[in-house]
Amino acid sequence: MAGKPIATIVSAGMSKFGRREGFYWRELFLEAFKEALERCPTLDPKTDIKATFLGMMSEGFERQGHAGATANTWAGLLPKAAIRTEAACASAGAAIRFGVATIAAGFYDIVLAGGAEKMTNLSTPEATELINTADDFHFDQWSGLTFPGFFALMAAAHMHKYKTTEEDLARISVKSHRSGVLNPKAHFRKLITLEKALGSPVVSWPLKLYDCCPITDGSALLIITKPEIARRFTDTPIDIIGQGFACDSILAFEKDYETVTFRANVEAGREAYATANIEPKDVDVAEVHDCFTISELMAYEDLGFCEKGEGAALIREGVVELGGKKPVNPSGGLKCKGHPVGATGAAQLYEIYLQLIGQADGRQVSGAEVGLAHNLGGPGASSVVTICKRGD
Amino acid sequence: MTKEETQEQPFTIDQFYSFCEKGKLMASKCRDCGKTILPPRPLCPHCYSDNLEWTELKGEGTIVTYTAIHVAPPEFEDLVPYIIGVVKLDEGLPFIGMIKTDNFDEVKVGTRVSIACEVGKKETWPSRPRIVFNIIS
Repeated sequence: MAGKPIATIVSAGMSKFGRREGFYWRELFLEAFKEALERCPTLDPKTDIKATFLGMMSEGFERQGHAGATANTWAGLLPKAAIRTEAACASAGAAIRFGVATIAAGFYDIVLAGGAEKMTNLSTPEATELINTADDFHFDQWSGLTFPGFFALMAAAHMHKYKTTEEDLARISVKSHRSGVLNPKAHFRKLITLEKALGSPVVSWPLKLYDCCPITDGSALLIITKPEIARRFTDTPIDIIGQGFACDSILAFEKDYETVTFRANVEAGREAYATANIEPKDVDVAEVHDCFTISELMAYEDLGFCEKGEGAALIREGVVELGGKKPVNPSGGLKCKGHPVGATGAAQLYEIYLQLIGQADGRQVSGAEVGLAHNLGGPGASSVVTICKRGD
Repeated sequence: MTKEETQEQPFTIDQFYSFCEKGKLMASKCRDCGKTILPPRPLCPHCYSDNLEWTELKGEGTIVTYTAIHVAPPEFEDLVPYIIGVVKLDEGLPFIGMIKTDNFDEVKVGTRVSIACEVGKKETWPSRPRIVFNIIS
């Protein structure tokens, strides 16, 4: 039997993702906030929400630090407490983790948790340089390693060890584009062919342009309560029944290239499955962190959807497609939905929320009851896994 | 620098690179648990002892994985495409660096390499060399 709820999602909101010219992150945050309030009319935000946990990777994109107070100022939530969390691309996962922890501890009963990032007002090279700061500076960046370069090191190791091919990776990208078309809030909404993905320019061999997610603006938020009071706010509560958060070395060269595993994924997954008291086979739908196609493939393995080294078979055999046995990234993933770095972990849970309340429209996984979100930060160095279940 | 002076240096990143500048790949070694720590740090991450000493590594190893970087940050742009490799040093510790070669075909998993330092610009922070690997033919 699945574990007891740790906390409960009573509402969620997400801004349109994409190149949102003319909108700063606090405005995108309000777009997400407005949707979350509209879905939850019995909530009085000014009295009910006790604190805000907001993921954001870098103040450098918009020269705006102190994101917690900024968010609450714009959202009319003063004088409530607000804090920014930073764990690179897992910043929102971390925000939700610590929001949930305060609820589990009995400190707050209702929190707003999610993330926001405005990335496109910098040029691509400037934005890339900021993203690179999620890697170790003094050894990895200093040697000339880039962020895609790190994932390319993993991809090359996987190909060497398990005979995974560049075509397998490209298939993941093609799958994401098929789902992205069905998501009205996605950054990219067009189909691509395998040939187009394989023929795209090399960024860092073996990864090509279509193996990489875009630079995106956006925000996503959850309203989370203690389980006992959730029904006051919604008829479709989604329980968080398991969660895990683990770290691995910040140094790219200290990764497990022997088995080609992100240890932080395995640890976070172990903790999440144990608290949820379920097994990987019980997951009906998953949103995993596909900043690069190889990262999605490794997540299949690290999270136990298949044995280590057999990730390529899941994409070759259509298991992870919408309509497959284990649909992964029905939202289009980071690849097509977009990757506003600090918002991503919340956007994944927004998709899981929609799937579990049955409002994912054309990309609905029919009968989904258990969903998993996996949010990875930096060079496989921070990993947050959250398991949700439709409330009884 | 005498042996004694070497042992008096702090176990910092800056000191690691200043040894590199002199052609030495140095790690810290914990006198209590015996583990070698690369990059060095002032507290042993295994047993939390600060009873450390500097130890020199041979600087040779084999390539574990590698990538050819085609899109690079501004300071590396004139080098593209270039290869970054993770190398397992003969002492068992991993390290990273650019693999210097004109012939990408000779870079493979298992290729033997030796470490070298390229002295960088002096005028801006951080003023330090970069680690590179040359292929042992």
